[in-house]
Amino acid sequence: MAPLLALHDVEARYGPVRALHGVSLTVGEGEVVAILGANGAGKTTTLRAVSGMVRRSGRIELAGRLLNGEGPEDVARLGVAHVPEGRGTFSELTVWENLRLGAITRRGSLDEDMRRVLSFFPWLGHRRSQQAGTLSGGEQQMLALARAMMQRPRLLMVDEPSLGLAPLVVAEIFRILRDLNEHEGTAVLLVEQNARNSLSVAHRAYVLETGRVAFSGPSEELMRHEAIRRSYLGY
Amino acid sequence: MRMRATAAIVPLLLAGCGVFLLVGSLESALFAQLTVSGLANGGIYASLAVALVLIYRATQVINFAQGALATFATYVAWQFIAWNMTYWLAFSLTLGCAFVGGIVVERVAIRPAGRRGSVLSIVIASIGVLILVEGSIPLIWGTDVRFFPSAFPARTIHVGGVAFQLQDLGTIGVSIAAVVLLWILFRFTKLGLAMRAAAFRPEAARLVGVRVGWMLSIGWGLASALGAVAGMMAAPSPSVLLQPSMMDGILIYAFAAAVLGGLESPAGAVVGGLAIGALLNLLGSYVGWVTPQLLLPAAFLLMLTVLLVKPSGLFGRTSVRRV
Repeated sequence: MAPLLALHDVEARYGPVRALHGVSLTVGEGEVVAILGANGAGKTTTLRAVSGMVRRSGRIELAGRLLNGEGPEDVARLGVAHVPEGRGTFSELTVWENLRLGAITRRGSLDEDMRRVLSFFPWLGHRRSQQAGTLSGGEQQMLALARAMMQRPRLLMVDEPSLGLAPLVVAEIFRILRDLNEHEGTAVLLVEQNARNSLSVAHRAYVLETGRVAFSGPSEELMRHEAIRRSYLGY
Repeated sequence: MRMRATAAIVPLLLAGCGVFLLVGSLESALFAQLTVSGLANGGIYASLAVALVLIYRATQVINFAQGALATFATYVAWQFIAWNMTYWLAFSLTLGCAFVGGIVVERVAIRPAGRRGSVLSIVIASIGVLILVEGSIPLIWGTDVRFFPSAFPARTIHVGGVAFQLQDLGTIGVSIAAVVLLWILFRFTKLGLAMRAAAFRPEAARLVGVRVGWMLSIGWGLASALGAVAGMMAAPSPSVLLQPSMMDGILIYAFAAAVLGGLESPAGAVVGGLAIGALLNLLGSYVGWVTPQLLLPAAFLLMLTVLLVKPSGLFGRTSVRRV
């Protein structure tokens, strides 16, 4: 069976600067895959290439369908929820409006989706009419995840969910990602600097270095890998 | 602390204005009449100001063509009426035409200019539209000043010794209704939510599947339709009349109203428009040396003062953008 997402030799550039030099990777149905790497390695750009937010060449296939210049709004409608770095929370809107936006492309009642999302984030229920910008950083990250769940994605792409958050909050967010994958079978493509946390959630991981895949493999294998342990796990 | 102090001053100031107008109106019949006719002007400024705010929020640009588009729409309405349509049929058809026209302007002139990513080129494109639209009016309809009919009979009704013009009351009613309908659209519908999301955070809106390009176009369409309401309400007034430059002065008042309200806030634009309309009318009538010629400069002065003292206006938030 074809993987849910497959990148073959994808290159991407910002103006004259090439950020990806031929990245190939796959994410299977129901799989959690992490992309690790240092700053500027091309992790975020890989997600942006899938979402069509950056000029790219190479082949990207989503569930066997070739993505050919589709913009972010089209990719979102094909079932990819992308939580960008900095969360992409609509801080001027209320919590409820943010959630509503997740399902903006769908018709019909949202009660079912709201119940589902509130089972993961019960506290959102009594904060419905609060302006999203007044939430704490961790709460905004969770709201962004909740909004992504409202999209009923086949593939959830999350960019640096732990950025700038306290360790306890980070642990909570990774727990939710794991639950989401285990209970709903949502495939997750996770970009992180925090290698230890990511490898504990992910089934497989790719390590990017300067726009290329340097290593890849199952998480346990990467955790045992000498060079990776030293560069990314720090022991 | 300072933020909190100014936040308290705004409602106090508005309440003060309200009390002043109310007490004045109870004291003197003339004052009441002047207030109401001022509010009628203010309703027109308010609708045009809200149109400016809609576009400013989405594109961060003042649409200099807003007045010219409104004038063009009013000519279209005049043409419909000249073809023996009833007033309200012509009114509704014109709103439809203005809506489509606004979308076309955004697609044909504004979007290509914005593709280079510069705000300046959008401003220049909007000035280009202004020149083109205002220049095309004499070519189509000639330069004669025309009379535009009013939807409301030229009668007065008496309430407790005060004579109100039906025309004024109708203008206030229509302007407020237009703005309230728009508010309902933005606040309570899916389309409105998508439009707000697209205006606040276009990239994030795309990622949830909002077609941001269309939302921008629809915004221009709605602004243009709202401008058409302002044009059709303004044109019957003997001090305006249907002529190619009829909205030039009104655009300045609307701009002042939008600035007073903080440029990003539709509610602020409405309050600003009504306040400027009422206060300038009273100023022009009660203060001997304020001649009608001084009213436009007065609006400019107000705008300048707001920009110098409190650039975020009465209703604007001092925006802190986290990067």
